[in-house]
Amino acid sequence: MITLTLKEQPEVPIEAEALSPDILADLGNDEIRALPVFLGKRQLCLEELFEVEGESSEEVEIHGDAGRVKWLGRGMTRGHLKVVGNAGMHLGAFMKGGTIEVSGNASDWIGAEMSGGLIRIGGNAGGQIGAAYRGSLTGMTAGTVVVEGSAGLEVGMRMKRGTIVIKGMAKDFTGLEMKGGTIILGGAELRTGAWMNRGTIISLTPIPLLPTFAYNCSYNPTFLRVYARELADLGVSLPFEESEGSYESYSGDAAVSRKGELLVWQPAG
Amino acid sequence: MLRITGGRVFDPANDIDGEIRDVCIRDGQIVEEVEGDGIRTIDASGMVVFPGGVDVHTHVAGGALNFARAMTPENHRAAAKFTHSPELRAGVGGTTPSTFATGYLYAGLGYTTVNEAAVPVLSARHTHEELRDTPLVDKTCCVLMANNELILDLLEEGETERAKHLLAWHLWAAKGYGVKAVNPGGVTAWKWGKDAKVLSEPVPGYSKVTPAKIISSMAAMVDELGLPHPLHLHCNNLGAPGNIDTTIETMKVLGGHRAHMAHLQFHSYGGDDWDNLRSESVRLAEFFNGQPHLTADAGAILFGDSVTITADGPWQHLLYQLTGRKWGNLDVENETGCGVVPYTYKGTNMVNAVQWAVGLELLLLIDDPWRIYLTTDHPNGACFWRYPEIIHLLMNADFRRECIEKLPEKALERIHLPGIDREYTLSEIAIIISAGPARALGMPQKGHLGVGADADVALYNDDPDRERMFGHPRYLLKGGEVVIEEGDIRKMVDGRESIVRPSFDKDIEEYLRPLFEQYYTMSFENYPVEMERLEGADIRECG
Repeated sequence: MITLTLKEQPEVPIEAEALSPDILADLGNDEIRALPVFLGKRQLCLEELFEVEGESSEEVEIHGDAGRVKWLGRGMTRGHLKVVGNAGMHLGAFMKGGTIEVSGNASDWIGAEMSGGLIRIGGNAGGQIGAAYRGSLTGMTAGTVVVEGSAGLEVGMRMKRGTIVIKGMAKDFTGLEMKGGTIILGGAELRTGAWMNRGTIISLTPIPLLPTFAYNCSYNPTFLRVYARELADLGVSLPFEESEGSYESYSGDAAVSRKGELLVWQPAG
Repeated sequence: MLRITGGRVFDPANDIDGEIRDVCIRDGQIVEEVEGDGIRTIDASGMVVFPGGVDVHTHVAGGALNFARAMTPENHRAAAKFTHSPELRAGVGGTTPSTFATGYLYAGLGYTTVNEAAVPVLSARHTHEELRDTPLVDKTCCVLMANNELILDLLEEGETERAKHLLAWHLWAAKGYGVKAVNPGGVTAWKWGKDAKVLSEPVPGYSKVTPAKIISSMAAMVDELGLPHPLHLHCNNLGAPGNIDTTIETMKVLGGHRAHMAHLQFHSYGGDDWDNLRSESVRLAEFFNGQPHLTADAGAILFGDSVTITADGPWQHLLYQLTGRKWGNLDVENETGCGVVPYTYKGTNMVNAVQWAVGLELLLLIDDPWRIYLTTDHPNGACFWRYPEIIHLLMNADFRRECIEKLPEKALERIHLPGIDREYTLSEIAIIISAGPARALGMPQKGHLGVGADADVALYNDDPDRERMFGHPRYLLKGGEVVIEEGDIRKMVDGRESIVRPSFDKDIEEYLRPLFEQYYTMSFENYPVEMERLEGADIRECG
C-alpha cells in the first residue's frame, strides 16, 4: 500500500499524471518522492506537495482534498487507486484497466476516452464523463463509471461502448453525439441524447425529451434482466419486473440517424 | 570557412554521382577551395552529401493552415511535442505543425527550402508573419489567382493585357513568388454552390470565361511576365473518379506554356464512381513524358491521419459529405475560398489503396526525375515529415511488394504498381527532393553544390534502411551554418523569403482602386503587404 497525503490544498491546480498504480508499483519510496508533478507551470517533486508512505504497491491511497489534483490515474492499466476525499479533473482519463474509487466528489472529464476499468465516485461528478476530448471522434470505448450523486454536462459525449451510471441527476446534453454503449440516469435535465447515433440511455425517472425522439412502445426489454444482474454487483439496482412497471421506448435522434434508444422507466400503477 | 571531406557527393545538377570529394564553404556559399586558418572540417566518411531538400508544394503557413490547426485539437494532442530549450521554441508537430516546429521538422529531414503553395492576397500578411517564424528553411509563396473575380472580369471582357498587369500587381501586393491556380473557375463557381467540372463550359456568373480560358491565359501571363516559377496548377476535378480526362485536357489547353502540375496523384483516376475507381497513372505518365515544358509533383498519400486543406471549396464539401467528419469552409472575398476536412487514409479502403499506389506509380513511371518531385501535398496526402517512408518505397522494390501484399484484393486489379520493378538510385532521390524542385522554382542558387550555390547541405549516414537514413540527417548546413550536428539541432538560423517583383503598368492601381473599394471589406491602402513585413527578403526583378 502506498499512501499519499496532500500537505495543503494548492491555490493553482496540480497536474499529477505520475499518480497511477502503473507508475508507482515498481518504485521505491525515494523514487516516488522524486516523481515530477506540476504546480501550475512549475515542475516540482512529488514530496514537495505530498507526504509519501509505502512503496512498490499497486494499491494507492490519496488523502487530503485532491479536488485540484488533475490527471490522477491517467492511462492506468491495473491496480487500485483510492481517493479519500475529492478528486480533480481528468481522473482516470485514457484509463485501460484497474479500479479507481473516490469517496468524495469528482470533477469534469473523468474517464474521458477510457478503454477499460472501473471508476466509482461516492459523491457528485462533473461533466464530460467518459467523453471524447474536444475534436476527438470517440469517447470511452469500454469500462464502467458509477456515480452515486449527480453529474454535469455532456455525460458520455461521443462514447462508443461501456457503461456510465449516474444515480442522481445529469445536466444537459447527456449522451451528446453518442455512438454506442449505455448510460443509466437517475434523471436528467435538457436535451438528453441530442444527436445520438446509436447506444442506449435509460432514465429511471421521467425526463424532458427532445422533439426529435419518437415514441415506440412500452415494454420490458429482455436484455435488462441480464444487465440488471450484472449491475447489481456494482450496487446499481435497475428495475425490470413487469409487476413493478415498464419502460417507454423512444428512438432518436431523428436529427441524425434515429438509431439511438432512450428508455424511460414508468412504475406500475 | 568549412570543408566537408570524405563523403559521397550526390549533386545531379553538376553531374556528380556519388563521387568522394570535398565540398568547401565560405560566407554561406559553396566555393571551389578554402585556404588559410580557422577552417572547420567535417569528416563525412560513410555519409552521403546532398544539396538541402526543396519542397515545391506544401502548406505550412497562412490563414487556411491556421484554420486547420484550430479545427484539429485532437491531432495536436497526439502530436510530437517540442519543449522549450535554449535552442528551440516550444511547439507541436503532427498533421499541422506550429510555425517553429515546422522549421525544426523540415530541417530534421535535411530540407532547407519550402514553397508555401496557396496564399490568398488577403491572408498574405498573415502568411509572411508565420513564415518569418518558421526557422531553418528558406521560403517562397504562390499566390492564388485563378478565381480572383477582378481578374476573371477582365478576361470576360477580353482585356487580357490589363488582366496581366492586374495579376502582376496582385503578385507584388502579396509579396509572392509564383502564381497558383486552384480549380480554375471552380472556386468562383462554389460561391454559387456549383463547381467547374468541364473545361470548356463557362464558369457560373460569366458567359465567356471558361476554366480552359483561365488556364491558358494565366499560363501565358506567367510566361510573359518572365516569372522564375511557371504557373503552379491544381487542376479541376481533383480527387474525382475519371478525372484523368480533365487532367490531360488541361495539359493540352496549356498550349505549350510552362506549368507545374501540382499533386498529380489526385488527378490520375479512371472509372466513373468510387466503386470502380482505378489508377490511370500509365496513361497520364505516357502523356506527361511527351510534354517537356511541364513539371509535376507527386502528391503521394500514405496511410494514416491527415487534414485536407485546399482552396478547392466544392471538393472539400464533397469530401465532408463522404466522411461525415468536420468541415470548415472559408470564403476569401473576391479572391478564392478554402475548405478544411480531417481525413484518415486507410490501407483497408479500396479507394485509399489505389491512391497510395497512384502516387508511387507516377514517381516511378514518369521517366524524367527532373520533372516529377516528391511531395505529399502536405498535409493533404500525408505529413511532410513522412517523406522518408516514400523514399524507402521508391528505393526498395521488395519492400514495396511487401506493402502491396497488404492491400485489399480488389485494389490490386486497379493499380499498376505490382508490375513496376524500378528502384530509385540515390542520385535520382537527390533530383526529386532537391535538384529538380529547385530548378522548377527557378532558383539557380538552390538544389546543387556547385560553386556559387547557397551552402545548404545535408549529410546523411549511408544507411541501407533508407527511411531511417533520410529521416535523420547527421549534419545539416543552412547558408553555411551548421544547424544540425550529430543528429541534433544545435543552432538556430532564420530562413529568407524570396519574392518576385514583376513589372506592371502603375496605372493599374487607378483601375483597381474604385473596384476594390466597392467590393472588398478592407481599405485599399491596407491590402498590399508592406516590404517591412518581410525581413531581409530576396527580391527577384522580372520582366
